[in-house]
Amino acid sequence: MELLEILLSASFWAAAIRIASPLIFATMGELICERAGVLNLGIEGIMVAGAFAGWIAVWAGLPLWGGVAVALLTGMAFGLVHSILSVPFGLSQHVVGVGITLLATSLTFYTYRVVLPEVSSPPKIEAFQAFEIPILSQIPIVGPAFFAQTPLTYAAFVVVIVTALVLYRTPLGLAVRAAGENPSAVAAQGLSVTAIRMGAVIVGSGLMAVGGAFLTMSAFDSFFFDMVNGRGWICIALVVFGAWKPGKALLGAILFAAFDAFQIRLQQTPVGAVVPYQVFLMMPYFLSILALVAMSRRAEVPAALMVPFNKGER
Amino acid sequence: MRLEPIANPTLARRTLPPVLALAMTFAVAALLAMIAGGNPAAVFGEILKGAFGSKFAVLETLNRATPLIFTGLAVAVAFRAKLWNIGAEAQLYAGAVVTAVLGTGALGWPSPVLLPVIAVAAMLAGAFVLFVPAVLKTRFGVDEVVTTLLFNFIFLLFVSYLLEGPLKDPMGMGWPKSARLIPEARLPRIVEGLRLHWGFALALISAVAIWIVDARTTLGFEMRAVGQNAEAARFAGIPVTRVILKTALLSGGLAALAGYSEVAGLKGSLTLDLSPGYGYTGIVVAMLALLHPLGVVVAALFVAAIFVGADSMSRAVGVPTYLADIMLATALLLMVLAILLTKFRVRRD
Repeated sequence: MELLEILLSASFWAAAIRIASPLIFATMGELICERAGVLNLGIEGIMVAGAFAGWIAVWAGLPLWGGVAVALLTGMAFGLVHSILSVPFGLSQHVVGVGITLLATSLTFYTYRVVLPEVSSPPKIEAFQAFEIPILSQIPIVGPAFFAQTPLTYAAFVVVIVTALVLYRTPLGLAVRAAGENPSAVAAQGLSVTAIRMGAVIVGSGLMAVGGAFLTMSAFDSFFFDMVNGRGWICIALVVFGAWKPGKALLGAILFAAFDAFQIRLQQTPVGAVVPYQVFLMMPYFLSILALVAMSRRAEVPAALMVPFNKGER
Repeated sequence: MRLEPIANPTLARRTLPPVLALAMTFAVAALLAMIAGGNPAAVFGEILKGAFGSKFAVLETLNRATPLIFTGLAVAVAFRAKLWNIGAEAQLYAGAVVTAVLGTGALGWPSPVLLPVIAVAAMLAGAFVLFVPAVLKTRFGVDEVVTTLLFNFIFLLFVSYLLEGPLKDPMGMGWPKSARLIPEARLPRIVEGLRLHWGFALALISAVAIWIVDARTTLGFEMRAVGQNAEAARFAGIPVTRVILKTALLSGGLAALAGYSEVAGLKGSLTLDLSPGYGYTGIVVAMLALLHPLGVVVAALFVAAIFVGADSMSRAVGVPTYLADIMLATALLLMVLAILLTKFRVRRD
């Protein structure tokens, strides 16, 4: 059976983890924002900006991890703008988010044209290479899938663990979660809801940008205009699918990526010869919508998501 | 800091923040133009010249404003009822597809019958495309922002399939484009000899019609009531779900007219690059218009002028046209802030 053969091949799962990596970074970023009570629709544009910033920094001579840092800082800068408008001023998170996406995308394209005015095809960089973890990478199927990836993929998994630990095992995480559930209680404790929410949006936006940078610095070695292609919006669906929990969101991202890797391989089979390729490309978006509908009944939405907080008001 | 409502805002309080927002937008653009090696005065001069400097330029601006008035109205109508329709792009293409299907010879009727029939069919298609996310919102509580955004990608792929399959022009030399519309299905020019079609007039009429709906009808009142406070509206006996669904049909239909007008008026056939993001730009237009239907016309003309002007500025001065997109995004963010500051005072704790 051909389909079974695909599902049992190591290269398939290696591809799935690779496809999942940028989604994991950005989904964790969005999850942190939303747990603190802020929907960040700037995600799509911030991923574009991060993809460009990391790549251009390496092209300009920085080491690869320097590029990741530049992407992170770029995302945090856009996060700062988003958080100023959405938190202390309490402006519509929908409008601010869409505005940040438009701003980040257009600033990125503008900078690209200014820095590289004459090129017809973008230059390539020396991207992250796969690093095989000794012994573990020798395990059949699991080894090549999980332990022969680039360092940035390992970093994505570390980010999930750190996010979960901070959210559930530290006072800071408790404060972040409370800011998204019951901000008045946080204020009553003498903590600043504004500071917590702004911090969450800034950190979350930084992670989104690193997710974008994965595309230019690990998955590929160059920057294209339609590179992010809706991945940011998919991550928003993944946060809902993961019921705002890091572990479940990680699982969702991997499942989603496995499905994506599967449809790419399905295109090469006799099925792909009959069905138009656009149908395969639509599937990830359809799957996201289906996931949203399926999870809507039992989704544990942070109670104060999208609700601005004004001290002294109740 | 904390925000304190102002009981009776002075004239200065109501006008100064928006004016400052626009001034800051231009300041940001000037700075970016200088970084790109352009002289700001020359850049703005060229933008102005490119948008209004000749009869051709003005017509180009009006043509570019036409789809933006439709998508701007679509967004304004939806946002007023707090239905976050970010999917005007998909609804636009739905209208365009229907126009291409019905206008290329499927219906061989005379113009006075054919044009309105296609327009209505296009509106129904666009309405349906937004109706699905609206039902998902009202029935299952699925956030419509994400679903409408995802539908944009799905629909564009669907159009791509149509243009490479069933709708592909056999005479198109292999290009993914539809056949040309029959002459009866084309929107005529308003004045013979001037490159401006009836789509522009239809856009103005739509704006006035929406303004009347908004200000004079029960539906308009209900939509605003739902937008201001859905709970209170429900308590007052307004059928909130039905109002949201009606709003979705109206908004989707308006966005579809943008696709109809582009295919039947300007282009004459359907291509995958029919819209350079008019659906998304409609959000900026609607916000700059403060969601007012007549304001949408003014905002669409402003936005179209910046886009058309930036195109010719880029050819003349060499500063990338993306400057226009940056200006609009900056204007959007600063304007929502400015509007807040017309009503609230910032106090330090």
